[in-house]
Amino acid sequence: MPQILVQDLAKTYRVMERDPGVLGALKGVVHRRWRTVEALKNVSFSLEAGELLGFIGPNGAGKSTTIKILSGILRPDGGHVEVGGLVPYQERIRHVARIGVVFGQRTQLWWDLPVIDGFDLLRDIYRVDPVRYARTRDELVALLKLERLLDQPVRQLSLGQRMRAEIAAALLHEPEVLFLDEPTIGLDAPSKLAVREFVKRLNRERGVTVLLTTHDMHDIEALAERVIVIGHGQVLADRPFEALRRDVLRERRMFIDFAQAAPDIDLPGVEVRARTERSLELAFDPDMVPAARLIAAISADFAVEDVHVEQPAIEEVIAKFYDLHGAAEA
Amino acid sequence: MTDALRPYAAAFAARFQLMLQYRAAAVAGFATQCWWGGIKVMVYAAFFAGASASDAPITLSQVITYTWLAQAFLVLAPWSGDPEISQAVRSGAIGYERLRPIDTYNWWYVRAAAWMTARALPRALLMLAVAGVAFPLLGLEAWSWRPPADALAFGLFALSMILVVFVSSAFVMLLNISAVVTMDERGINTLVASLLIAFSGNLLPLSLYPDAMQTFLLIQPFASFLDIPFRIYFGGLSGWGAIAGLSLQLFWTLVMVIMGRAWMIRVMAKLQMQGG
Repeated sequence: MPQILVQDLAKTYRVMERDPGVLGALKGVVHRRWRTVEALKNVSFSLEAGELLGFIGPNGAGKSTTIKILSGILRPDGGHVEVGGLVPYQERIRHVARIGVVFGQRTQLWWDLPVIDGFDLLRDIYRVDPVRYARTRDELVALLKLERLLDQPVRQLSLGQRMRAEIAAALLHEPEVLFLDEPTIGLDAPSKLAVREFVKRLNRERGVTVLLTTHDMHDIEALAERVIVIGHGQVLADRPFEALRRDVLRERRMFIDFAQAAPDIDLPGVEVRARTERSLELAFDPDMVPAARLIAAISADFAVEDVHVEQPAIEEVIAKFYDLHGAAEA
Repeated sequence: MTDALRPYAAAFAARFQLMLQYRAAAVAGFATQCWWGGIKVMVYAAFFAGASASDAPITLSQVITYTWLAQAFLVLAPWSGDPEISQAVRSGAIGYERLRPIDTYNWWYVRAAAWMTARALPRALLMLAVAGVAFPLLGLEAWSWRPPADALAFGLFALSMILVVFVSSAFVMLLNISAVVTMDERGINTLVASLLIAFSGNLLPLSLYPDAMQTFLLIQPFASFLDIPFRIYFGGLSGWGAIAGLSLQLFWTLVMVIMGRAWMIRVMAKLQMQGG
């Protein structure tokens, strides 16, 4: 029995439409036009306890909507959802006691309260046993390095500090499942690393099931073994990240600096992408020409000073994938 | 304290403490309320001087006491929805409100109650100190906040003020839910403020309205926020009258809570959260 089960999930929104300008506004007063937006149609997947799943897709693809349904905030228009055997929107109170949620773009801590007071309030709201709470809190404070922030009001924290506090706040009641909706949005590099490191440990060491959405492919690369790509409210791919990368973009890049003027290269499966006076950028398919053979072939004929090979950036992989499926935001 | 009530007690305490921190707001509010109270008292004095006193249903001294009470407890009336909720609606943080394993209605209700009582408490104490203690000491007895009719009236008044908190919070909840529906609380707040001024006794004690309107004025819900407890205070409602007043407050509390809960279930089922 999977911990999270999603079958044929559908959700539509009604959006009011009006023509631009004053005239359009006046027309809208008399006659309202509504357009139905299908945020989700037929989304299905399942997740075993202890898995860490990355959820990616362009803006407006339906990632957040899925998380909001799974966390019991929104009610779907069709399909079936179960988390730990409960239907979130039908048994909201029992369900939300067992999950933790962080929305990267919003805050769950009380703006004017010191961090520690917010934590204490959550302890009472979740009815956590005080002894157990003290232990969990101290662990989280140490792991997320919150010691010096505890007595500061939330409004005075930097975004990175706040996000660490938000994650701690979502875990004080020791949930079995953690939903992270863009947890690294807007963070600087060290903060992103800290968040990733923490989430990874939480998943590996505590076995917390994690479902994470992000636009930062480095989050996915660092964390998720399995990735679901969603676009236009549908699942476009559900597979290990490495497989996704392999399937979508096999191409490798080779950058070569020569001792003399850069030569013309004409080899099967190799394409010159860019050239300067003494350097070349080649694109090649490693299945047709392995990198070692390509280097050997070139250095046999020409004086090569420096070579390096790159995999395409993951951003490129994904952008290409969205393109292939016509999923990029209209 | 039982575990069932723990979240609500904690939410009440946190909001109450937070609101007590806003000392400048309390002092500013108090100053405004003194100023308006002074103007109203002078208008009533002129009004009573021009009328034949025997016709008036209540005396000038009662009207003056009523005025100071109204100014002292001004913020216990439901002038607007809870700003914390309307803020959460607009920022989208309302999602987090639904992520807590407690009843959302009860949670918002205790927060509204804490929000109103914490603001009212310092203002009422300051007003009592000035209009009830300082004025008589300065020889302004005729203009002061007088003691209640008797000990029983005071007891019933205290009970009635507790019911004011209950009924006002229930009304704030209706405003909160309407903020969730409309995404903007300003329109409804403006409308409600006009109704409150006219029908709660804020502008004019309800007993000074025409006789033909008296039954309607007592029964309509806005009297429960202000007029009923103050009439009990100076003995205008006593005995069965006071019991009827308290019953009306209780009745309106129940009606508004039942309406609010039913409405909330419908609204939350249709909740939309777009973007991000």
